[in-house]
Amino acid sequence: MLDSVFALAQGFSVALEPTKLLFALIGVFLGTAVGVLPGIGPALTVALLLPVTFKLDPTGSLIMFAGIYYGGMYGGSTTSILINTPGESASMITALEGNKMAKAGRGGPALATSAVGSFVAGLIATIGLALFAPWLVEIAIQFGPADYFALMIVAFVTVSATFGDSPLRGLTSLFIGLMLGLVGIDALSGQARLTFGVPELLDGVEVTTLAVGLFAVGEALFVASRMKHAPETIEPVRGSLWMTREDWKRSWKPWLRGTALGFPIGSLPAGGAEIPTFLSYTIEKRLTKHPEEFGKGAIEGVAGPEAANNASAAGTLMPLLTLGLPTSATAAILLAGFQQYGLNPGPLLFAERPDLVWGLIASLFIANAMLVILNLPLIGLWVRLLAIPQPWLYAGILVFAAMGTIAANPSPVELVMLAVFGLLGFVMRRYDYPIAPMVVGLILGPMAETQLRRALQISLGDPMALIESPLAATLLAIAALALVAPLLFRGLSRFKADED
Amino acid sequence: MFHSYKMVTGAVAALLVAAGLSTGALGQSLELKIMAPAAPGGGWDQTARAMQAALTESGAVKSAQVVNVPGAGGTVGLAQFVNAKGDGSQLMVNGFVMVGAILTNKAPVTLAQTTPIARLTAENQAIVVPANSPIKNAKDLAEALKADPAKVTWAGGSAGGTDHIMVGLFAKAVGVDPTKINYVPFSGGGEALAAILGGKVTAGVSGYGEFEGQIKAGKLRLIGIAAEKPVPGLDAPTLKDQGIDLAIVNWRSVVAPPGLDEAQTKTLLAAIDKMVKSKQWQETLKAKNWDDAYLSGEAFATFLQNEQVRVAEVLQSIGLVK
Repeated sequence: MLDSVFALAQGFSVALEPTKLLFALIGVFLGTAVGVLPGIGPALTVALLLPVTFKLDPTGSLIMFAGIYYGGMYGGSTTSILINTPGESASMITALEGNKMAKAGRGGPALATSAVGSFVAGLIATIGLALFAPWLVEIAIQFGPADYFALMIVAFVTVSATFGDSPLRGLTSLFIGLMLGLVGIDALSGQARLTFGVPELLDGVEVTTLAVGLFAVGEALFVASRMKHAPETIEPVRGSLWMTREDWKRSWKPWLRGTALGFPIGSLPAGGAEIPTFLSYTIEKRLTKHPEEFGKGAIEGVAGPEAANNASAAGTLMPLLTLGLPTSATAAILLAGFQQYGLNPGPLLFAERPDLVWGLIASLFIANAMLVILNLPLIGLWVRLLAIPQPWLYAGILVFAAMGTIAANPSPVELVMLAVFGLLGFVMRRYDYPIAPMVVGLILGPMAETQLRRALQISLGDPMALIESPLAATLLAIAALALVAPLLFRGLSRFKADED
Repeated sequence: MFHSYKMVTGAVAALLVAAGLSTGALGQSLELKIMAPAAPGGGWDQTARAMQAALTESGAVKSAQVVNVPGAGGTVGLAQFVNAKGDGSQLMVNGFVMVGAILTNKAPVTLAQTTPIARLTAENQAIVVPANSPIKNAKDLAEALKADPAKVTWAGGSAGGTDHIMVGLFAKAVGVDPTKINYVPFSGGGEALAAILGGKVTAGVSGYGEFEGQIKAGKLRLIGIAAEKPVPGLDAPTLKDQGIDLAIVNWRSVVAPPGLDEAQTKTLLAAIDKMVKSKQWQETLKAKNWDDAYLSGEAFATFLQNEQVRVAEVLQSIGLVK
């Protein structure tokens, strides 16, 4: 462990050279600039900008890469908060409370808690990565399909936190999402389902297209429909731009809890970044002292998921660096970046090229810090976006939504889907259906289905396999408890109310 | 500014072509668009980007641009690509996986509609088991499969892909009904590798490169590679040497749009030839652990046809294509 600290110091000495700092700055700037396009998350940002880094030496390139990565992530959260347009699935939850805050003039604190929370989470998770990677990864690979399935069930049970006021409407939305999740080639049998002969549908519905359609396009249509008789007022700034004492007090615990969820789940080979953000949102909603603010702009609902998202990003580096397993789109591109220099991440990388591994980890720290330094002063500028007259602002959002979708997936079918989801989002808003559960359904449905069927295929159809692993059994017990407990408590309180 | 510059040079290039310059000079003024029919980061994307670098640096073309059109094993990209009829400035990367995907997805377009240019790289396919597995070699694996095909679980890439086809061929080669294999598809190499390392499945199939680090670190045991003959410099037994008649490589190639005239085809062939022989390309091959499998023109066209027949047969025998 002492070796690790020494090696990290060595990494810093490389990453702190003035020219390297310049690369980091350029990376952060480019990443943020491209990342604010709706539908373009960090993975695509990195992929688009990776060629820019090819001309540099490996260390310089990795440093710039880290900057682009974090910049892209931050850019995605910025659009989530300001214009209700998640750049990727993992920042969808941020939009729920973040955008409400922005509309109430609290965009500044929302962006700040997101930036500082990401920094804190990134810092802790990167330390975790540096110290425990080889040890944690042994546990991570013990996760089998049955355990993943149990984890998905836990996530499903907690989805209700995103339902809003009516469980029936929430479930309706969730089931539409689950149905959309069935579209495409069935991963296990290779057969096409619900594709109606359209080849673009074979890979299923793109999560970002659904999210951008429902959130951004749906909202633009909704605002336009009410422009004449009941215009919504947006207050660009109310009170302080910066986080108040109260904001800090309400943010720090969610940051830590988000990190505690994001890092371990992110480091699981099939964990992903979405589930920790869902779980974090649920937990914050349960634990908050201000439950009345949830759904109207609670800062905890931004702080927790944003920290979870960032911590999981550092988590995905763990299987990549120690096993050579790319477990997210971004990690896959990072792997390609490594190979560009003839490096193969895997069990031998730490031993063969410690300078690079630690250089990368050090540059993650630096990129993270640079992002906070660069972006906090810019928050004032960002929130000015909301001062743009609404017709212009929403027209701009529509243009950017379409551009982002086309950049990610150049096909007319994708644009048609965006428009259809936009209309659907409008109708759902008009009739008060929550839209988040639908996106959750699209994300979790296929994951849960694949893991369940995989588990059963390996056990030759024996359902006992689902509870044989102690981990799966524990997780399922947690899920059952989470499902039953609120009903019990509600029953009890009603009972009490009767007594009074 | 950058754009207008490009447009001007584009216009100039077009004028030069119209003025009827010789095809030799045409190569240098070629502004190529390479389609990677997959998302950024994957094998086809990496091939396209490596080509982009080698083509421009070696001066084989004036400029090259990579476009990603992901979806459905490359068939979405292919469907777009065949529309560029007669356009001699476009190329598309493809490979073994696309041959299978066209059949399993019942794609309305086929590779026969393209102009074959060249096969570029190949990757050896390998079978591994967890280090603590009782299976020591290909014979043990074959015995286990014969004893009960359902109990041998295989982890590999998507259904109908190279790995799946290879398992089907393995079963056939040892005399087991290929429809009985218990193949568990994973998306992306990461998850499959985790399942093999965690001992959740009996064996794993993928490109050798994906397993190399784990094999060297002693966490996986290599059962064999599916090469025709032993690979020089690679300490890996072939399946053929162990008495199992199975050879398959995961090749990648490049094709041009349909309806090119002879001069256009020649220009593209010459540019690719120059690229393959360049230092940059050879260095990339080494860095990425790709085998040089260069085969161009007519020879490649014949190879492509044979592979299509073979893949169709296997997919039918494992029941993926009726």
